[in-house]
Amino acid sequence: MTDGVGRVDGVDVVEVTDALEVADGVRSAAPIVARRAGLIADVRTVGLRALRGLLRDPEAVVPPLIVGAFFYLINIGTLQVISEASAGVVDYKAFQLPTALIFGTTGLSRAASLVTDIQSGYFDRLLLTPVRRPALLLGLLVADFTLGIAVTVPIIVFAMAIGVSFATGVLGVLALVLMVAFWSMGFAGISYAVALKTGSAAAVNSTFLIFFPFAFLTTSSLPKEALTGWLAAIVSWNPVTYVLAGQRALVSGEWGSIDLLWGVLAIGGVSVVSLSMAGAALRGRVKRG
Amino acid sequence: MAPDPAIVASGLRRSFGEVEAVRGVDLSIARGEIYGFLGPNGAGKSTCVRMLTTLITPTAGSAVVAGHDVATDADAVRLRIGVALQDASLDPKQTGRELLLLHARLYGLTRPEAEQRLEDMRRLVDIGDALDRRVGTYSGGMTRRLDLAVALVHNPEVLFLDEPTTGLDPVSRAKVWDEVRYVNDELGTTIFLTTQYLEEADELADRVGIISDGLLVAEGTPEELKRRIGADVITVDVDGPGQAAVDALEGTSGVSSVHELDDSVQVVTDDGAGLVGAVVVTLHDAGITVRNISVRRPTLDDVFLEMTGAHL
Repeated sequence: MTDGVGRVDGVDVVEVTDALEVADGVRSAAPIVARRAGLIADVRTVGLRALRGLLRDPEAVVPPLIVGAFFYLINIGTLQVISEASAGVVDYKAFQLPTALIFGTTGLSRAASLVTDIQSGYFDRLLLTPVRRPALLLGLLVADFTLGIAVTVPIIVFAMAIGVSFATGVLGVLALVLMVAFWSMGFAGISYAVALKTGSAAAVNSTFLIFFPFAFLTTSSLPKEALTGWLAAIVSWNPVTYVLAGQRALVSGEWGSIDLLWGVLAIGGVSVVSLSMAGAALRGRVKRG
Repeated sequence: MAPDPAIVASGLRRSFGEVEAVRGVDLSIARGEIYGFLGPNGAGKSTCVRMLTTLITPTAGSAVVAGHDVATDADAVRLRIGVALQDASLDPKQTGRELLLLHARLYGLTRPEAEQRLEDMRRLVDIGDALDRRVGTYSGGMTRRLDLAVALVHNPEVLFLDEPTTGLDPVSRAKVWDEVRYVNDELGTTIFLTTQYLEEADELADRVGIISDGLLVAEGTPEELKRRIGADVITVDVDGPGQAAVDALEGTSGVSSVHELDDSVQVVTDDGAGLVGAVVVTLHDAGITVRNISVRRPTLDDVFLEMTGAHL
């Protein structure tokens, strides 16, 4: 066997050139060149696998949809009249839509499948390839972003069907979908950090506990002005308060609202923190020392 | 000038905290060779494989695989090796085709190249229509064969197989053996094979290394290793504890070594036929009843017992 070894376009390649010597064609007729595919190609490959897994995993999509829709209907049923009468909310269905989206998408991730990969040894199998290590996380986040959209769109369609209209128009709908998807993806970093650090399904499941303070110690049910006591004080420290306000600006406010900017900044801040944690956990997991 | 070896390790060591799993292993494996790596659980076999395949770095010593240092040039090593780990860890929710394409793409193959390799692998591993089924529906044998195909999809120079047939039925095992032989004979791929099946090493390996307690305790062709321990093995089934028989036979003229094994005793000697009578007489004089006695050629199992004091 003869090998050509060198660099092409800056990447290390191995060329196997005895292809035609093998009679029955198990080795390809054309020389096969193994090389590093590059970060974007690796993210695409890992992401496509995660998306295929998502499509074959209806339990990843259906429960979040049910959770979002359930809380949407319950909150409207119990709080619409009183909120519109005495809490200064003009349209409670519109007010509650971002809450339903946050409830439906916060904590969504492929972290459970990552744990399965770690426990089964498939994660090691991927580490044996020349895949760029960040792609192993970024590919999953691509799937999470898609999952966020998949959960968000039906809830928005449902809200519009029961009479919610968008003051910012069609672009506002699109911006809301993207905002929720980025929030979902950013928050997922926490689950990945735990998955990569522990390799434990139980530990990943326990991250759901973080969801409660984030989702309930905020303006999920009533506007900030209607809250009193310790809850009124604490909501200002919860980034979800600003995410909800930003989303509500897209539904009932206007493009120039400062709430929208704060909402984007809150998503960015949470994403930086959680994805940094996930990145550090990934570096620890792939460390060979 | 002889080509560089496919794998060279020098003083390879690996510690996990206070535990030294590998305590200085030297290897030199020629290109195109099948090297069988034998050892019981916990001997350091898998740790060696994980170092040679770049999953972990050595604590001390060095290893060069396919011409590149595993510690300092791991990416270059990964491009040149294929690995099928123990337990055939493959994603059960993907189809065989999807997994092969996924791995081909991670090795930078273009779509047409990946499709071509997929057809090549389909011919090699005899999976046929199952390629379009999810891996979760595969039998153990099919999963192992797909695992082999995934490891070969980028045409590696060196193939690491970590216990490739553990848990397989004899028919599936024989199929995997045929495929391993084919890959070595026809494609010239160097194969580093770990196994707990001595029969497998005997059947496939050009040379065998035996690792025990983190050290390479013996190395050679299967025939060399068998010759090294003696020409014949006498197996004696006795009534009562085997240790008494061992005590009686130790020091007997013509006995190279003697080991207790369950309720029998194994005597290694250069002249089995000539020593049988003396063994029976010695045991009789010691008051030990012989139930059965047989003479045979040594196997790798005997070599393993001689080198490590234990059976696999």
